[in-house]
Parts: sequence; C-alpha cells; structure tokens
Amino acid sequence: MKEPGFLGLTKDGWLRVIAPAVIGVLVLAAWEITVRVKEVPSYILPGPILIAQTLVADWPSLAVSLGITLEITFAALVAAAVLGLLLAILFAQSRLIEISLFPYAVILQVTPIVAIAPLIIIWVDDVRLVLLICAWIVAFFPILSNTTLGLNSADHNLLDLFRLYRASRWQVLWRLRLPSAMPYFLAGLRIAGGLALIGAIVAEFVAGTGGRASGLAYRILEAGYQLKIPRMFAALVLVSLTGIAIFLVLSLVSHLLLRSWHESALKRDGQ
Amino acid sequence: MSGSDAAILLDGVAKRYANGTLAVSRVDLGIGHGDFVSLLGPSGCGKSTLLRIIAGLIPASSGTVTVSGGAGPEALGFVFQEPTLMPWATALKNVRLPLDLLGIGRGEAEARAAEALASVGLKGFEKAYPRALSGGMKMRVSIARGLVTQPRLLLMDEPFAALDEITRQRLNDDLLALWQAQKFTVVFVTHSVFESAYLSRRIIVMAPRPGRVAADLAVDAPYPRGESFRTSVEYAGHTREISAALHEALLA
Repeated sequence: MKEPGFLGLTKDGWLRVIAPAVIGVLVLAAWEITVRVKEVPSYILPGPILIAQTLVADWPSLAVSLGITLEITFAALVAAAVLGLLLAILFAQSRLIEISLFPYAVILQVTPIVAIAPLIIIWVDDVRLVLLICAWIVAFFPILSNTTLGLNSADHNLLDLFRLYRASRWQVLWRLRLPSAMPYFLAGLRIAGGLALIGAIVAEFVAGTGGRASGLAYRILEAGYQLKIPRMFAALVLVSLTGIAIFLVLSLVSHLLLRSWHESALKRDGQ
Repeated sequence: MSGSDAAILLDGVAKRYANGTLAVSRVDLGIGHGDFVSLLGPSGCGKSTLLRIIAGLIPASSGTVTVSGGAGPEALGFVFQEPTLMPWATALKNVRLPLDLLGIGRGEAEARAAEALASVGLKGFEKAYPRALSGGMKMRVSIARGLVTQPRLLLMDEPFAALDEITRQRLNDDLLALWQAQKFTVVFVTHSVFESAYLSRRIIVMAPRPGRVAADLAVDAPYPRGESFRTSVEYAGHTREISAALHEALLA
C-alpha cells in the first residue's frame, strides 16, 4: 500500500533523507563549535564554514582540476567497462582462455597501484595517459570478474532449452548469457566507478609532478605544501562529492536498466 | 508395439554417469503416436534421465533411441520442472524464443506466440514479466513455449510438482484439452500416482537403483476426463492398481 506522499516522497522516504541530514548538520555544528571554542588554528583544522568559503573563493581553479579528474575517471571507467566486458565474453567462450588469462588479471588486481604507477610514469610520457592507465587498472577487475561470473550463471535449464532448439553460440551469448550477466556487470560497474576515481587520485599523488595535468589530487598536494589547509579540505570535499555522484549516477543507471525484471529492483510491501 | 508406428522407440537404453552410477539400466520401450504416457516412480529411478535421453539432451551410454516424426528441433517441446523463463523478457518474448532461435520471421513468430499464449488461457498477459505472474501462470507460459513450434512430441519433466493442488488440477485439465485438440504425443514424468492416473492412457512404473521399467499399465478410461472421472470408482481402482505396482517396484 502506498502512503500519501509529500512532495513525491513517502513518510519513509522523507525519513531516509532527513535522518542522515540531521546527523550531518549536528556533526558539522559540533566541528565548527569545537574549532571556535578551542581556537584551533586553521592550518591544523579549519572549520566547515571556512572550508565552504574557500571552496567558493577558489572555485575557478578547483573547477578546472575537478574537470580533469572527472575526465580521467570517466575515461578510465568507460575503458574498464568495455575491455572488462569484452574480456569476460572471451573468457566465456573458452575455458582454456579463461584459466590461462584469469591469474594475470588477478595479479594486476592484487599488486598495489602505488607500486606500479612509478613504472608506468617511466614508460609513458603523457601524464594524463599515465593517470588513465592507473585508474583503468584499478577499475577493470571488478567488471571482469563480475561479468565472468554473470556469464557463467545463466540458468542451466535455459541453456538446455537453447540446446534443444540448436541455438548458435552467438544466440546463446546474445539472448541468454549477456542478459543473465547484466545485473552482475552493473554491480561491477558500480564498484568500478568508485575505484576509477581512487585510481585517478592515487596515481596523481604518485605522479606528483603537477603543472601539466593538475587534477584534484595535485591540488591537495599543492595546498598541503603551502599549508593552505582550508583549500586542501575544499579539494577533499570535491573528491568525496565526486565519488558520491558517481555512485548515485551508476545506481540510477542500474535501477533503470533492471527495474522491469530483476529482483534487486523489486519493491515489496512492508519493507 | 511394432517399430514402425512408434513415436519413440527405446532399445536397450542404459545410462551410466561418469561417477559410475547406473541411472538407467536397459530400458526397452515403444511409445505410440498421439499417446499420453506417464513415467511414474520415486526419485532416483531415472525417469528424468530417461526423458532427457529422449530429448537428446544427454547421450545414452548404450542402446538406441529413435524418435520418429522428423529430427528437426521444432518437432519437440520440452517443459521443465521449473517454469524456466527468462526473467528479463515478457511472456510473449519468452514464448517466442523457440521461433526466434529457429530463425522464423518476427511477424510470424509474434503471431504464433500470441496464439500459443491464448491457447493456455493467458490472452492479455503478453507484456507481463515473469515476476508479475503466479506460479501457475508461469507454468502456463512455459507450456505455451513448449507448444509454440507445434511439436509432434511434448516432453514434460514433473511440470506441476511445485504447484498447489487446485492449480495443478486446473492445469491437468487444460493440458488434456490441448493434447486432445493438437494431437501431439506426451511423455510426462511425475511422482504422483493420482496425477498419472488422471492424465495418462499408459503408465510406465519405474523402479530405482538401477532405474528400470517395473510395470506397464493401461488406463483405458475415455477422454475427455473431468471431475466425474476424478471421483469415479473406476479412477479409484486405477490408482489402487498403480499404487500396488509402485509399491512392488520399491520392494523388488
């Protein structure tokens, strides 16, 4: 049963918005009050109001960095999605290919990106390309492993049915395995979205040599060196907001694609 | 039964799985065109294995299987124990699947699928996704999909086992009506004495470990069978006879 909503949200919906918002406001207020009462210098811990003011004042330069970070994150995510999907499809075609290549994908995943980044910096001249490659390495594995799992978890009876009607390999892939893998792929994409951002930021920290490609991580480093701690926090806020935005957008995409049929998008009464 | 008029002829069919289990041992069986035959037995008697061998889904370890009436995939319908629908596709698209896989044009496929859906009483549910359908309705979609190619042979693997008694009886009646109208051959796997007696013209009772034919019984009551048959003395007599054969098969 649907309760009468206010501004399109039900009572429960409002609770979900208001409860965390109240906590947020309380924490920020406590933070601001502590900083003022204890007279903490802004180069140790700036209050939220000062951070907000810095964010507005430094917006022109921070916006450019945000744009660069977003660009790298997005490009890495697209590359990870495309290559992860294609490789997973390749794995699904042949068990031999899967068992031959999968360990290397794991090695790529478990080796810390901070350890590989310096090598990539040596091999690749273009700093942006370095960042893109690092972000891609981090983001690609969850898509590959999730999609591989999804392609292999098609209903066995449905596979038998396709066999009965002598379906071609292509028909099985296109009509059965890919749709079965869709929820898995989208779950992988959601994880990869956050990881791509982390990859882009971490790689920039390692690359360190700003100037040419100065994303948000470089702004944080730079502000740290200059003891402009409020600016550091402002950049940090932008990184967090970016991460949240990526997660929300990908969740929305997932919901829209699955809502007509998948259990995960099913709303039940009394829950 | 002579070989020439049989829809299915099994000659010494046996199945041993890779782990050494003998699932089916030497089954000789002929099934006539247009017959309604139940394979009845406890779990582990190899009845589902035998059905899958007939369908060509698994190979027999020895013996020969002859299915007459065309080797083409359109000549065979298979209904699983679960509805086995694609959750991302509407009822109509699920029913259309066999036609799509066989390369039949979109327009014709759509029309035939709609017709098949209507024949199982689901007209108006073309655009419904499986999750919006009840268990009985999902099974109806599954049957429509099995029949959409107008097969000569319909193989059913305990299709109504998961349904409640009332839904099951309605589906039994509807299945019989479809069978009488379309005159395909049915091989129906079940572990219900009552269901097999109500539906079939012939019941193959199977015994477990190793799976084998224990008895071959006829239910010679005329069709259409309805509520009056279900409550008749004749029906009770048949169920008693079948139960006794099943009991004997388990003891042997």
